[in-house]
Amino acid sequence: MFGRYRTLSSEGVLGLNRRNGDYILKFNPRRRYPLVDDKLKTKRLALEAGIAVPRLYGVIETQREIRSLPAIVRDHAEFVLKPAHGSAGDGIVVISGRSGSRYRTINGELLDQGWLSHHLSNAINGQFSLGGVQDVVIVEYMVHFTPLFERISYQGVPDIRVIVFRGFPVMAMVRLPTRASRGKANLHQGAVGAGIDIASGITLDGVVGTEVVTHHPDTTHAISGVSVPDWDTILDISARCYELTGLGYIGVDIVLDRDLGPLVLELNARPGLAIQIANRQGLLRRLELCQARADFSAPPSQRVAFAKQAFAHPVGPVGP
Amino acid sequence: MNNRHLYTLTAALTVLALALFAYKVRVLGFPLAPQEQTEVWNVEASVNFDPGPAAVIATLRIPGLTPGFSLLDENFVSRGFGLTTRNAQAGREAQWAVRQASGRQALYYRALVYRDSRIAEDTTPPFPAPPVLDEPSRIAMEGLIADVRRQSADVATFTAELLRRITAGESDPYASLFLRKESTPAQHAKLATVILAGAQIPARVAYGVRLRRETGSVKAEPLLEVHDGVQWLYFDPQTRQQGLPPDFLIWWRGDDGIASIEGGSNLEVELAVQQNLLDSMLVTERRAERSGSHAVEFSLFSLPIATQAVYSVLLMIPIGALVIVLLRNFIGVKTFGTFMPVLVALAFRETLLLWGVALFAVVVSLGLIVRFYLERLRLLLVPRLTCVLTVVVLLMAGISVLSQRLDLQPGLSIALFPMVIISMTIERMSIVWEERGASEAVQEGVGSLLVAAVAYLVMGLKWLEHLAFVFPELLLLVIAITLIVGRYTGYRLLELLRFKAFAQGRGP
Repeated sequence: MFGRYRTLSSEGVLGLNRRNGDYILKFNPRRRYPLVDDKLKTKRLALEAGIAVPRLYGVIETQREIRSLPAIVRDHAEFVLKPAHGSAGDGIVVISGRSGSRYRTINGELLDQGWLSHHLSNAINGQFSLGGVQDVVIVEYMVHFTPLFERISYQGVPDIRVIVFRGFPVMAMVRLPTRASRGKANLHQGAVGAGIDIASGITLDGVVGTEVVTHHPDTTHAISGVSVPDWDTILDISARCYELTGLGYIGVDIVLDRDLGPLVLELNARPGLAIQIANRQGLLRRLELCQARADFSAPPSQRVAFAKQAFAHPVGPVGP
Repeated sequence: MNNRHLYTLTAALTVLALALFAYKVRVLGFPLAPQEQTEVWNVEASVNFDPGPAAVIATLRIPGLTPGFSLLDENFVSRGFGLTTRNAQAGREAQWAVRQASGRQALYYRALVYRDSRIAEDTTPPFPAPPVLDEPSRIAMEGLIADVRRQSADVATFTAELLRRITAGESDPYASLFLRKESTPAQHAKLATVILAGAQIPARVAYGVRLRRETGSVKAEPLLEVHDGVQWLYFDPQTRQQGLPPDFLIWWRGDDGIASIEGGSNLEVELAVQQNLLDSMLVTERRAERSGSHAVEFSLFSLPIATQAVYSVLLMIPIGALVIVLLRNFIGVKTFGTFMPVLVALAFRETLLLWGVALFAVVVSLGLIVRFYLERLRLLLVPRLTCVLTVVVLLMAGISVLSQRLDLQPGLSIALFPMVIISMTIERMSIVWEERGASEAVQEGVGSLLVAAVAYLVMGLKWLEHLAFVFPELLLLVIAITLIVGRYTGYRLLELLRFKAFAQGRGP
């Protein structure tokens, strides 16, 4: 047991207690949480700052407005319903088409108007939000994900998670939906997480749960060695999200659209720790390296340059 | 700097808690263990006499200065008599008076005493006046004093030697002059005080009873008290042993008898001793009351009994919460709701563990089934929660009735389950079930139950409950611990499993 503890410690693995105590409590001021907890606010902030996000079709704020959903999506065959305060992807519905009066989800399920209304009303009443507070539902553009990841994901939208520490992208991974995760890019629902080399944007091996995998469980293609397009743009967007929110320790979720390039889906003020398993690298080592060497007043472009140079895979132990 | 602040605060809280705790244990004698019992003795004097035709005044010497023992309580049974107690020169006295009485009278004095080593003797007495004696006696006394002085070194040995000669009686040429045949130890002690007075040594006779284990009437025994200029020394005039016997309760002092009567006759006094065991807390309370200490007045014992019972439970909640802190931050167990397990653990106090777990599992599973059915009806959130809550209450009522029919007592106490919390748990669990799968939901459910069980076991520790109630300041220690744990940034036990990929995949 103690041996394991020492191994993790020497590998610089970040634990929950430390993440909460030394990073989130220290660098994420409470009053800025609403900026990321409310996805609508994040979206508006990002638009102001010129960061690309999926287009907003409409917002359903009250029980009455549920009826206006057909009007909102009249011109859009595909769309996504997303509770603004949802956590961990809860309550998100992705519609990729119609079949008569019914909506077809990305998994091929057919949902009628009644089901959707019920779902929306649950969401508005806070079923998916932290603490059950009243919520609003965002109706937005459905991302057409780049075919690049098609070979290593099963339905759904793979997304890229970048941990940004005080403006420096320190670690990244791509989350690949599987049959088990029912098309959702959510690690604890069974999606594959694969680390990405910060310097080159090339994927590493993946992880399902706590197990390391080299091939996607459904498509059986090798996960590593895929070069993520627009990698520099992704790093640049992530770095700028720091100025956007003022939060020092965030996870930036980015999707790659076939036509529009990288889009910021949401920000997370309490990003999970599984990214370390996906990269098979401790976060702590990189965070400490950052704290020791980085110039925190540098503009985003310089921060990205520093990150690419400092966090090229694999990152060795922090030197003297 | 931030950390130093934290550690200082922690240390201050710890010191404060332990200091208060130590004060209450060492000085006020609050008991450390529940049901701790203190030996107490019921001593009783019954005064019987025949009243004369006119007014009667009966005087009884009662314990005042009792080294080694403290008075917990005393009362008088004196039907129809006026009663006064006063401090006379020889000690405390109770005086019963009545204008007219007929028939044999019985008056009682009862006292409750307990061992208390902190009760000390009184101050240094003045030198006694030399006794007034006729010439031959004076010469004999001086001869005796000179003889004894030759064979002794200090007050203690002087007294011992003197007592030896007195008890030797006729065989001692000097002492025999003062003694009649078959004299009693009391007379010996009395004689010793006279001769000691001649030698300028303050001395007096104390009478007392031995506090035995067995119940029954006892006889007052004399004890010679001699002051050596620093402290009082005690001698048993019969055995000549020095020192105050540990079970000896000094009742009165001086040459007079225990009681006297004016206007009556046939005075008889009987003494009796009975040993009892009393709850230590009771003794402490009464003692603090008598000594005028406010520690008990401002403790939880000043509350009405029903409120005390509530607080004895409430004070355990922080300890249950501490268990949760440890299980979450050191082990990493997942639960539904932060303090839900504490509330469930409180309910377990009534149902007991196995029944509690079983009932909880039954209610939650049935509730979940209903919840999944309601999902199909597409109700709005708050009405649905209300519906689940109502179903939970009905389920609980049903289980109570059923267990009454089946004669299963524990089933009745299900009424104490926190139903709102259970409803919320069902709601949360069903969402986790749908969004993250059954295994995650069951995992968190079992985790919650496990934490509740551990919290219950810890909160059920009798001595812990006693400590928390008698010494609420110990909860400051709980704060101190949470302050320290709040800064623990090491790994949780379950994280060691979660990150096992790091332990294996290092080599290549």
